[in-house]
Amino acid sequence: MKIHEYQAKEILRKAGVPVPTGIVARTPEEAAEAFRTLGGKLAVVKAQIHAGGRGKGKVKGSEQRGVELVRSAEDAARVATGLLNRELVTIQTGEAGQAVRQVLVEEGCDIARELYLGIVVDRASAGPVLMVSSEGGMNIEDVAEKTPELIFKEQFHPDAGLQAFQARKLAWRLGLKGKSVAAAEKFMKQLCRVFVETDASLVEINPLVVTGAGDLIALDAKMTFDDNAMFRHKDLGELRDISEEEPAEIRAATAGLSYVKLDGSIGCLVNGAGLAMSTMDLIKLHGGEPANFLDVGGGANVDQVTEAFRILLADKNTKAVLVNIFGGIMRCTTIANAILAAYKTVGFNVPLVVRLEGTEVEEGRKILATSDLAIIGAEGLTDAAKKVVAAAANNAAC
Amino acid sequence: MSILINKNTRVLCQGITGKVGQFHTKGCLEYGTKMVGGVTPGKGGEKVLDLPVFDTVAEAVEKTGADATMIFVPPAFTADAILEAVDAGIKTVIAITEGVPVLDMARAYEIVRRSKSTLIGPNCPGVITPEECKIGIMPGYIHKKGPVGVMSRSGTLTYEAVWQLSNLGLGQSTCVGLGGDPIVGTSFIDLLKMFQDDPATEAILMMGEIGGTAEEEAAAYVRDHVTKPVAAFIAGRAAPPGKRMGHAGAIISGGKGTATEKIAALEAAGIEVAQSPADMGEALKRAIGRKRR
Repeated sequence: MKIHEYQAKEILRKAGVPVPTGIVARTPEEAAEAFRTLGGKLAVVKAQIHAGGRGKGKVKGSEQRGVELVRSAEDAARVATGLLNRELVTIQTGEAGQAVRQVLVEEGCDIARELYLGIVVDRASAGPVLMVSSEGGMNIEDVAEKTPELIFKEQFHPDAGLQAFQARKLAWRLGLKGKSVAAAEKFMKQLCRVFVETDASLVEINPLVVTGAGDLIALDAKMTFDDNAMFRHKDLGELRDISEEEPAEIRAATAGLSYVKLDGSIGCLVNGAGLAMSTMDLIKLHGGEPANFLDVGGGANVDQVTEAFRILLADKNTKAVLVNIFGGIMRCTTIANAILAAYKTVGFNVPLVVRLEGTEVEEGRKILATSDLAIIGAEGLTDAAKKVVAAAANNAAC
Repeated sequence: MSILINKNTRVLCQGITGKVGQFHTKGCLEYGTKMVGGVTPGKGGEKVLDLPVFDTVAEAVEKTGADATMIFVPPAFTADAILEAVDAGIKTVIAITEGVPVLDMARAYEIVRRSKSTLIGPNCPGVITPEECKIGIMPGYIHKKGPVGVMSRSGTLTYEAVWQLSNLGLGQSTCVGLGGDPIVGTSFIDLLKMFQDDPATEAILMMGEIGGTAEEEAAAYVRDHVTKPVAAFIAGRAAPPGKRMGHAGAIISGGKGTATEKIAALEAAGIEVAQSPADMGEALKRAIGRKRR
């Protein structure tokens, strides 16, 4: 689960991690008022969207950048007007951009150095790891690729936390001196504690600023959380911004389905994530483009499968649908009955290719064959792929 | 022979009184697995499918001599169930549950790693040694006894592969579902070693997917330590970066974990890679053919 920068900063602030003072504004008037409340000569107005690259990003059809320094309340209002309710296009949003619903007006900061700090769960060491680099304010993936020796890592146990000696080691690696070392030690330990306490999957401070006075402050903050752990963080769940998420994906999640929208024309309904990914691969291999990833799971009932069909058919780009089921827990009879139910409820306006295998396959195929539905049956994966790609192409041509 | 489980393995079900636990215990019993009891704290003394239910794994082990367990406990309690089984001395712990918080597994794995137990999963379909023992949710009937060791991060994709192998007359020694989560108890490398050492396994088929570097590490291990023919398929070539594709572990992050990189590493290690999921059985056949020359 993703959250906005201003929400991440609020979590950090409550946990004792130094962040700049900032006020969220949803109108240009609020932005002007925020500037006045902050009381400084300088402030930064930052678009709040769930994507990175906002500083270099631009509002569609204008020269307005996603982050801008302002020197007056009027200026703050001007920038807010240029951002709010517009589409901001960044390297991470794609060409469509993302609508900006709020901005963060933040006090200016005296930047002496910019560092990078990030925490992820590392699979290889099977636990959390803190990464730091002196190359702050840059794309860390470029640093990892070109100059990996400039990234330093320390593994830590979730409950024991980052040890003082580890923090000191990293601080000296970063070339910090004097009071900055103690400040860094405190910052890193607290950040690691927040990561564990919130069941985060990523915490990224880029840049971590060292001020002229030697203090450390998180100029930007990104936090994402482990979806599997959200059941024990109801408060974090409230931070979710539905408007940042794909509506079809929300609908699917509500129905207990796993769904990712893509750009193609062939809708897929599959049981099991590995098989669902493979089905997408299969379609591409045969010259088609998948419209989505959808894992209907092992325990899906008729209602869930019906809802899955509704979601697939609601996508205007869909020109054909492939159902690929290998029934282990899921029975082919269940999916066959669900197809019939969906047909009656939703109405199929595109060709449907069905490939069934596994538990109760003969009964399942019989249910479909004895119905009066115009379903294209397939024997095996290659046959299914060829048929659905052809059906989609035919449908698109009409 | 086989790896991990065989006709003598005595199996418990943790979570047996739940609907899903009970359903699959029945499936395993029907396959011929030696299910010997179940554990649900607070329900000790009850019977499910004529099997005794215990309050603790320790008592269950004491009374039944169980040496393996199948865990169907809800995600909030799965790590605890794993640790309880390890603590009771269970040799093979198979956690089926999907949705376990990653940090719970980080904590549990540390303890499992230092024990004598083997953990498979979580978020996995289980392990099956065809015609001997099934611990999990896979459809038994598609499997045939034979010389191919199968290991996979997926569930239903594994069934596809097994189905293709069985139809080609290539039975399986043992099939292991590693699980779809970022942190799982047993890696491809752990299993490669077991398959390499198992006299009944003559070839190995592996199914990987996007996310992490387990396949790349496995490729290096094959290159240096495995003499038996190996074939592989990697799911997710069509997956976009940054999006979780169902499995918690299936996410391309920071440019790492792409299918293309994995395939390149596997091919460089001399592993036969199937281009299509329809081709997995044939890829294994080709791998065997290549080794023979």
